[in-house]
Amino acid sequence: MIKKKQIEQNIAFTILRIVSFMVVAILFVILGFIIFRGAKAINWTFLTAMPENGMTEGGILPAIVGTFCLIIGSAIFAFPIGVMSGIYIHEYMKDSPMKRFFRNMTDNLAGIPSIVFGLFGMALFVNTLKFGDSIIAGSLTLGLMVLPVIIRTTEEALKSVDDSLRTGSYALGASKLQTIRKVVLPIAFPNIITGLILSISRVSGETAPILFTVAAYFLPKLPTSIFDQVMALPYHLYVITTSGTNIELSQKMAYGTALVLISIVLIFNLIAALIRRYFNRKINIRK
Amino acid sequence: MSKDKKEIEVQDLNLFYDDFHALKNINFHAKKNTVTAFIGPSGCGKSTLLRTFNRMNDLIDDVRMTGKVLVEGEDIYKKGIIVDDLRKKVGMVFQKPNPFPKSIFENVAYGLRVNGINDKDKIEHTVVNSLKQAALWDEVKDKLKQSAMALSGGQQQRLCIARTLAIKPSIILMDEPASALDPISTGKIEELIYELKNDYTIVIVTHNMQQAGRVSDYTAFFYLGELIEWDETKKIFTNPANERTQNYITGRFG
Repeated sequence: MIKKKQIEQNIAFTILRIVSFMVVAILFVILGFIIFRGAKAINWTFLTAMPENGMTEGGILPAIVGTFCLIIGSAIFAFPIGVMSGIYIHEYMKDSPMKRFFRNMTDNLAGIPSIVFGLFGMALFVNTLKFGDSIIAGSLTLGLMVLPVIIRTTEEALKSVDDSLRTGSYALGASKLQTIRKVVLPIAFPNIITGLILSISRVSGETAPILFTVAAYFLPKLPTSIFDQVMALPYHLYVITTSGTNIELSQKMAYGTALVLISIVLIFNLIAALIRRYFNRKINIRK
Repeated sequence: MSKDKKEIEVQDLNLFYDDFHALKNINFHAKKNTVTAFIGPSGCGKSTLLRTFNRMNDLIDDVRMTGKVLVEGEDIYKKGIIVDDLRKKVGMVFQKPNPFPKSIFENVAYGLRVNGINDKDKIEHTVVNSLKQAALWDEVKDKLKQSAMALSGGQQQRLCIARTLAIKPSIILMDEPASALDPISTGKIEELIYELKNDYTIVIVTHNMQQAGRVSDYTAFFYLGELIEWDETKKIFTNPANERTQNYITGRFG
């Protein structure tokens, strides 16, 4: 009887272990594949020059700059608004149907397909507000898309702050705003940054929302204002793999682009993680 | 000011959480510079009553009250009372030590800063004095910049007391301040309460009968939301008027 239990146990563990290893392996295969294929394309020219010869030669600088602008632009818009909404919903709203309504709506916002955001962004920012295809239109569209992520992570971060610290602060005569600013936010901030990290990853990878709002098929110059159109890495990747002038020739460029895209996401995540660590250290644990 | 001045006075207080009648017709007062202990089994309303003195119950939804609570003669539930100012006057120490994840210095300075005191010398002076008053100074004077989270539980609780003293309250409420601490730390807190009595009016909720006997001048016994008996501690512990009080303090229920 005991033996049977142990055999079951062993089988179960083996299956779980294989599955977990597979997940990790898939990640490494993807990364390895992209690095292996893409590394050949990467050189100084590739990173710093304009595309040439129907995007089969030259570099991808405008797409790198474009994606960079969209990450920064959407973060400037979405991060403060998302964090402020999160604070309002978690700290100020009483448990009520209204609060549940707010939370359901933010969840629903997260469920809207990104192409629909693209369509909406085009209708509102590009056409109605007359921003045209531009960095600002694209950033706002991407910002809307990631708002729910930031709101939700902010709420979760605030929830993890022990209530006894809030009451401790009130008991010393602090107002609610003082308590949030001086006690709650410094503790929650490192976790709020997580929302920023997640949103950066999404923003840099999305193609659909920028399709109608900012992305240029081919634009061999750098933007000079937020009302300029830009190229962006994911869209560029899509263009040269499916509808470039010579798909065979631009394949190497495509893998290079993918590698650069992954690297940019990693670099931004790293920066955000460093910020998170800095604030984490600042608030405590150092004994 | 006369010694007999009523610092806290409760008149015909009833309190409901939603439909639950948590406090029933309470009449009570605490005189200046005395220690009153609230005793009684869990859920009897003693912490709830304590929390009406600095309006901490405001933080809970669906609380309803009738009757009056006066602090230094003033109705603290009337319109126009600024709750933040009331809480400066009526400090509170909680059951679980709850220092902020800031430095030891900043923990004590916090109450001053949120109340608009920015003068560096004044803050420093008050921080040092408060830590001395809370009998913590000798242990932390060399590490004021270190995180308060690194202190032991007992030290953290004394830090929380120092933090409360820094805002110069006249009343200090203590909600089972030693129940999460070891016996030695508990002893230190009790000594401290004894010292503080000279300058402050103290109300302490405790589950520990010996503690109530040791630190308090008056003891109030609560049962199922009622104030059953309230008198000098000596009298309550030697010759209680009510049978339920007798049973509780001798450990027959609770």
